[in-house]
Amino acid sequence: MEYHKLGSYDVVVIGAGHAGIEAAHAAARLGAKTALFTISLDFIANMPCNPSIGGTAKGHLVREVDALGGLMGIIADKTFLQSRMLNRGKGPAVHSLRVQTDRKQYHLAMKQALELTPNLYIHQGEITALDRQEGRVTGVFTQLGGYYEAGAVVIATGTSLGGKIFVGEASYESGPDGQHASTALTRDLVEAGLPIRRFKTGTPARVHRRSIDFSKLAVQPGDPEEELQPFSFMTDFPLHNKVDCYIAYTNPRTHDIIRANIHRSPLYGGMIQGVGPRYCPSIEDKVMRFSEKDRHQIFVEPCGENTEEMYLQGLSSSLPEDVQNAMYRTIEGFEHLELMRPAYAIEYDCLDPTAMKPTLEMKALAGVYGAGQFNGTSGYEEAAAQGILAGINAACHVLGRKELVLPRHSSYLGTLVDDLVTKGVLDPYRMMTSRSEYRLTLRQDNADERLTPIGREYGLVDDDRWARFTAGQKAKEKELARLENTSVKAAQLRQAALEAGVDPGETGGSAAQLLRRPGVTYAMMTGIIGPGEDITPMLVQKIETEIKYAGYIQRQQRAIREVARHENTPIPEGFSYAGLQGLTLESREKLEKIRPATLAQAGRIPGVSPSDLAQLSLALLTWQKRREEGNSHD
Amino acid sequence: MKEFTKTICALATPPGEGGIAVVRLSGPDAYPIAARVFRPANPEKKVEEAKGYTALFGHYLLEGRPMDQTVALFYRAPHSYTGEDVVELSVHGGSAMAQGLLKALLAAGASPAGRGEFTRRALENGKMDLAQAESVMEIISAAGRQGAALAAGALEGSLSKKITALAGELVELRGHLAAWVDYPEEDVPQLEESVLRSALHSQIAQLDQLIKGYRTGSILRQGVDAVIVGSPNVGKSTLLNLLAGYDRAIVTPVAGTTRDIVEERIRLGESGVCLNLFDTAGLRQTGDLVEAEGIRRSYQKLDQAGLILAVFDLSRPLTREDLELAQRCQGRPAIAFFNKEDLDPRLDTQVLAPCFKAALPITARQEESLPLIESAILRVLNLSQLDPTAAALTSQRQLEAALRAREALAQGLSALDLGLDALSVCLDDGLDALYALLGRDPTADLLEEVFSKFCVGK
Repeated sequence: MEYHKLGSYDVVVIGAGHAGIEAAHAAARLGAKTALFTISLDFIANMPCNPSIGGTAKGHLVREVDALGGLMGIIADKTFLQSRMLNRGKGPAVHSLRVQTDRKQYHLAMKQALELTPNLYIHQGEITALDRQEGRVTGVFTQLGGYYEAGAVVIATGTSLGGKIFVGEASYESGPDGQHASTALTRDLVEAGLPIRRFKTGTPARVHRRSIDFSKLAVQPGDPEEELQPFSFMTDFPLHNKVDCYIAYTNPRTHDIIRANIHRSPLYGGMIQGVGPRYCPSIEDKVMRFSEKDRHQIFVEPCGENTEEMYLQGLSSSLPEDVQNAMYRTIEGFEHLELMRPAYAIEYDCLDPTAMKPTLEMKALAGVYGAGQFNGTSGYEEAAAQGILAGINAACHVLGRKELVLPRHSSYLGTLVDDLVTKGVLDPYRMMTSRSEYRLTLRQDNADERLTPIGREYGLVDDDRWARFTAGQKAKEKELARLENTSVKAAQLRQAALEAGVDPGETGGSAAQLLRRPGVTYAMMTGIIGPGEDITPMLVQKIETEIKYAGYIQRQQRAIREVARHENTPIPEGFSYAGLQGLTLESREKLEKIRPATLAQAGRIPGVSPSDLAQLSLALLTWQKRREEGNSHD
Repeated sequence: MKEFTKTICALATPPGEGGIAVVRLSGPDAYPIAARVFRPANPEKKVEEAKGYTALFGHYLLEGRPMDQTVALFYRAPHSYTGEDVVELSVHGGSAMAQGLLKALLAAGASPAGRGEFTRRALENGKMDLAQAESVMEIISAAGRQGAALAAGALEGSLSKKITALAGELVELRGHLAAWVDYPEEDVPQLEESVLRSALHSQIAQLDQLIKGYRTGSILRQGVDAVIVGSPNVGKSTLLNLLAGYDRAIVTPVAGTTRDIVEERIRLGESGVCLNLFDTAGLRQTGDLVEAEGIRRSYQKLDQAGLILAVFDLSRPLTREDLELAQRCQGRPAIAFFNKEDLDPRLDTQVLAPCFKAALPITARQEESLPLIESAILRVLNLSQLDPTAAALTSQRQLEAALRAREALAQGLSALDLGLDALSVCLDDGLDALYALLGRDPTADLLEEVFSKFCVGK
């Protein structure tokens, strides 16, 4: 085909899912002239799976994206239907917000937010190849014969890259929700030397609201109105629950139908080669692997205010439509279920993420960044978080600025990226609180303290957000000082404590000291010493946690300082491991493959022992010394 | 200068039988840690105020008890081997003293130095040139090659089994908590607090046993400091010679011959337990200054020893010194030997015996007494039931990992009152320490536990 040059951009983003939109928005905000390409403008910020944002650890990621100046939290609040703060009572580190959103409204609000972003140009079009010169990207080609120059490219193709949908014996090339698959780009990426592999995932059915007998299901309402918390640190309008969710259960009859038809599942029939997520098992996986369980839980979630479609969380499946119909109707309340969109499995092309640096740039192709499912993850939130980082770095690449690497101890995002590029993945990666060793420090309530200064430094955080953040910090510091300096007598606490059924202790002390006692709350303290100035519910959470968890947080801070030194010891890109005779063959091979950016990252590669690390650290020093001495002779 | 946050310590002289053992302490907290462990003889002197290139004499403290005489040499950054603040502590070599000192330093906040770590710090702080650095690199990588060959069998079989079992239990607990926290809406049962508590207690108890076993193990390896005490001429040196198998101390019938502490390292027959034997000057009131100093040292040695062999003369009536000695031995790992069984008994053993863990009549000159003596020693050292095949920590590094795991789990117990998020972090720390012993990363096992045991995920 003959190509015609149609334009020139600093950054081109391929794909307008949750990763692509954050990448494009961030790059544009940093001042890079940015193009966002999507196969269909009507699928911008589409939610092909749950109509919800957040959940355990994912809620942390949304707050982090927001703290950096991203869009996800703001739009989720705008299109809010219902929310729950999960894990209350399990400790503040694992509190996680989950919001049910209006799927269509989310798409529209996000699309408009992007349209209103200066420096950002949105194009409908499929990218079929990258223009590459001497190991770096210089442009992109479109399906229609267009050519655009590009200084950097972010690949955020989701499940559309080589997408193939399976429902029973039927299969066809497609992206989610009828969007056509991107079929040409993979070959070009393989040619460029990127390790491409195949993963699979799946999604449950959408059904008609009128066909469900809700009287047979348990209601799951949102949190009480007065407890509702927004995702975004910027949201200041009140939130209202507009819908309920419901809980249903499978039963042995459901399982019998699945077992009787398991050979018709493409996964069990061997039609699907892609590796599926352990974190998102299909109902047939659950029934086959946990045969002793006689019921599995299903959450019924509304897809929006202007639709009757309901989403059946927990029933992801690739069984044929007739089997799906039969098994759904065994479920109490679903006897007359009307299927609107059948569940399906989807197989797609993605990257072995160890091919990337911690900046998310390809080691083998300068200027190309990956984000989202393309990098082997699953989930909107994981995608958005990588998107914002890839967007920042693509812009920095073009603008000649220092790229951003977020260490593990900075954020769940940093942890996610480090896991991806250091350990790699065997199946689609889902964020979990357990994956962060620093989770007492990386709470959703303090995402702004951790990341807003970074977002400000890079130019993503506007004056409004910065002013709010600094005012909040001032109020917090002032309140912490007040609690340290105000003494409370044991007798004063006794009344409040006894009412709450808490042991008040024998002695008085500063308000902060008393707050450290089990069961004593900030509210009890302000009941005695009066309310603090400008203290929002979000700040209450921060203050209470910082005081109560001080010992454990200090312990983590020590551990963080301990690794920080290795974190700051870079391994030069051209460093050769061949001379390190003391390493085991296994660690040498791994180090050569991952080519870690820092000594700390090297230490996290599975199989690299402390002794390997000691040798590496010494070798780095001698390497450096040799260069210094070499230079001094010049 | 590069900032290292940890203060590290290690034996700087070759392990074994040297006359003096030097333990080096290097890092930002070298002075405060030394101050906690080293007590200058002159109470006017403060460790933290010591200038570089100066020395202080005193002794070190282990668990609050004064131990061996110690010389501390002070270096101030950057004028030291590593370029950091350094304190070098010298104690008498060839005994458990250096190990005791290391233990005290670890308890005071130092970390054990990794292989080549002093050198690495020296290098990073610009204390070495390239040639020196490369030669050190060569040595370390050679050791690494050997280490790599040994790595597969690094953990001895029964220890590996024990640690794997402990880690397995912990993974199960942690996996359950992870599933419960990360999948709050699925039917993962909540772990009862009592279950968590008792599981933690059981883990801690098992770790304690391992840690205690390290002490036993180090007795086997390094030997226990044993002191022979008693009034002059009751047969202390004869007992030493009997145990050692040849004439070492000067044995004469003239009371007060042994004026200095004589050291002998012996291995007890069947059990192979090592004793570092110190023969002492006889304990009695004396006007002789040299002898008085010898007696003072004898008492000091007695207070520090891991085993006291008190010798009494059966043929002489009870003296005030005998009584004092017996009282001093109360509550200590002490054995009373009533010597000269072959002569007419005139000693009131009934008064003395209750002060000791064991008491037996012997004839020190006769070899037939040996098995009896040996079994009494093993009994008092709690080594009678010693099972050489039981899981045992064998290096300071392993001990440190076990201590780290234990500390994390103990923290976990107190976190139970605060929040399960804090508990889970403590469990992670414990797991990390145990997995470090196994040379593996716990993450994969943990996720496997979550997704194989619990049917979670949308």
